[in-house]
Amino acid sequence: MAEGADEPRREWWASEDFWRKCAIFVTGFMALVLVMLTFHTLTVIEAGSEAGRVPAYSVINHRIGYEFDEQRNFAVPVIGPPAPLFGEMLSEEEARRLVDHGKLTVQARNCMNCHTLLGNGAYYAPDLTKAWLDPGWGNEAAREILMTRFLDDPIANARTFGTGRRMPDPNLTEAELRGVIAYLKWMSAIDTNGFPHGFTPLPQGPLTGGGR
Amino acid sequence: MTFGRLEFASLRIGQKLAVHYFAVAMVLFLAQMLFGLLAAWQFLDPAFLFGVLDFNVNRMVHINAMVVWMLYGFIGSIYWLVEDEAGVPLAGPRIAKAAFWVFTVAVTIVVVVYLFVQSGPGDAWTLWLINEGREYIEAPRWADIGIVVCMLAIFYNVAGTFLAGRWSGISGVLVLDLVALAGLYLAGMFYTTNLPMDQYWWWWVIHLWVEATWEVLVGCIMAWGLIKTLGARRRIVTTWLYIEVALMFGSGILGLGHHYFWIGTPEYWLGVGGFFSALEPIPLVAMVVHAVYDAGRHAFRANNHPALAWLIAHAFGNFLGAGVWGFMQTLPQINLYTHGTQWSSSHGHLAFFGAYVTIIVAMIYVAVQRLRGNAWMSAGLQGGWRWKWALGLTHLGMMGMTVALLIAGYEQSFVERAIGGSTWQAYFEGQTQPWFVEAMWWRMAFGVLMTFGVVLLLWDLVRIGVGEKRPMKVVGGLDDVEETGSGPVPEGSAAG
Ligand code: HEM
Ligand code: HEM
Ligand SMILES: [Fe+2]
Repeated sequence: MAEGADEPRREWWASEDFWRKCAIFVTGFMALVLVMLTFHTLTVIEAGSEAGRVPAYSVINHRIGYEFDEQRNFAVPVIGPPAPLFGEMLSEEEARRLVDHGKLTVQARNCMNCHTLLGNGAYYAPDLTKAWLDPGWGNEAAREILMTRFLDDPIANARTFGTGRRMPDPNLTEAELRGVIAYLKWMSAIDTNGFPHGFTPLPQGPLTGGGR
Repeated sequence: MTFGRLEFASLRIGQKLAVHYFAVAMVLFLAQMLFGLLAAWQFLDPAFLFGVLDFNVNRMVHINAMVVWMLYGFIGSIYWLVEDEAGVPLAGPRIAKAAFWVFTVAVTIVVVVYLFVQSGPGDAWTLWLINEGREYIEAPRWADIGIVVCMLAIFYNVAGTFLAGRWSGISGVLVLDLVALAGLYLAGMFYTTNLPMDQYWWWWVIHLWVEATWEVLVGCIMAWGLIKTLGARRRIVTTWLYIEVALMFGSGILGLGHHYFWIGTPEYWLGVGGFFSALEPIPLVAMVVHAVYDAGRHAFRANNHPALAWLIAHAFGNFLGAGVWGFMQTLPQINLYTHGTQWSSSHGHLAFFGAYVTIIVAMIYVAVQRLRGNAWMSAGLQGGWRWKWALGLTHLGMMGMTVALLIAGYEQSFVERAIGGSTWQAYFEGQTQPWFVEAMWWRMAFGVLMTFGVVLLLWDLVRIGVGEKRPMKVVGGLDDVEETGSGPVPEGSAAG
């Protein structure tokens, strides 16, 4: 194969030099592509960016649905009319601070080493991606109350479905508890390309009218 | 010469440090096993230690002990080979010693805080002082900074030593890889409210470590290990290393996309991640071919049988755990159902074990041989049953756990994900199926078996070679002519 080579002792494909260059080139090229894709992705996943994949934090002022999208062929979050969390309409900044407090709390209490968030974490307890929309809360009117009660005392309010697996009491303060629920509500509005598949949310009011 | 005595005093500086790192690594390995057992038992009896050492604490210690001891194992391996490879004494030995102690004290404090403080209020202080709450990189920020400082010190030692001595293909790859490995850690050192943003960078650390920079690092260790245990020819080994780097980075860097299917990131990652990660098994096959080819070519005449056995185990384990088990769930069409189930756990266990536990253990055997004054460690080794049983039990235990978890994962994907639509109720329906519950028992049983294997391994590491009177077998004569570069090219070497 290496006909024209001056030193035909080694085929090009067995030469150290060829593979060194190859390794450098491939690594550099792939890293470059990753960096370029990263720049693009970062603009897309900015909260509230135009792409609409990651909602603005004030989405917690709205009803959130999860409906099948014919065009994309999987379910996507739908942002409905106003349905303020704990009955309070928040400004963008107030909403951001509330969600932020929730996320800090979820990290500080190490929730991710039992639960998954967007499917990542541990497998000892249910995924939290759509916890806000889970049919287990019964209906829209009961949800906030039940969620608050559960997170306030998960031992007394445990539903273990026969596994005996209870959630330890995270001893949340009132503010932390509200933050966590706001964080979960915001999380449920992230467009996750149809994960979890086949999920049906709890019954809620209409999603049209007054949406953003 | 006396054999069976510890010859610590005669080691090089870097090697002495390596022994320290290896010792801590093995203690943490045992701790990892014990906390894994606690967590596994909680699946079976959720009331066990409830409110005292909850599942999340045990699991955090389990996986953090793993990450840290593997880093110790890698650092130890690098210190072990750096002076040998560079041909000069270690640069900055004081700094190296200080880094070891700072690192070790920091790790101890972190673990004590994990166990006794566990969690804190929902503010930035908790993230700085107690726990960052992000899987695998839970270490609080102060410790992150400590780790980075230690890494810089270690990097100074390694790069400085090569600069003062000679460079080789292996050391060139090693040093560049260390830069990338340490640099990537920075991607995990910030807080953001935005969860997709958080997970986007989090995977830069986790994935680009285990599926890119760690793989290349163990490729370097493997290359050096084959030269040492088999006397493999450097030129062939180095060429292979470059091929592996090209294939591994060529697939693994963009393979990162297989974690960007469902976290809010754009749809193009479904294609990019699916395609490139599906190629990731190729370098792992190449590594198997390489190791087996070299071992066969030298007719398995090795000066250190346990080390060679663990190196071969590495080649196969890496291929099976990372390559096959990873591939099984890497296409988005499948991952949609397996994501966040016991499938990941099955794969995670076999991959970390097959790819990284094995090669670190191999390096420790290399070190132990030297510690025993280069004693005989080939066929007919005294007390040789120990290393063989340790090898067998750990592998049997790990395979048993992996298969049990895979069965649980299948059932979970089916019942919870595919049929149940991933609601809380569906989750618990999946967790109560007999297939799942029984798999958890089997995992426990095989976990206990593996723990016996690890205990035996530790025992062997402190006993092997004691009382051995024969000197180390001489290897590598096979290719002496070729090494000078003037001889004919032996058949088959082109493929090398
Ligand atoms: C030695 C190399 C590897 C190690 C140590 C490793 C380890 C892991 C671990 C621990 C996880 C679970 C992460 C979590 O906790 O969420 C994971 C996930 C995953 N790995 Fe690997 N892996 C390796 C190589 C590979 C390869 C080569 C592939 C593909 C061919 C692969 C495919 C995957 C996929 C698709 C997931 C995502 C699972 C999910 O949906 O959550 N891995 N890996
Ligand atoms: C005595 C043996 C072991 C037992 C009983 C055990 C048990 C466990 C348990 C219960 C979990 C939590 C899984 C979940 O969230 O559902 C876990 C996670 C994990 N363990 Fe082990 N383990 C053992 C040994 C090991 C070894 C030897 C390794 C690697 C070298 C390892 C690596 C991991 C990893 C990477 C995870 C996280 C998996 C993921 O998130 O997907 N474990 N282990
Ligand atoms: Fe990955």
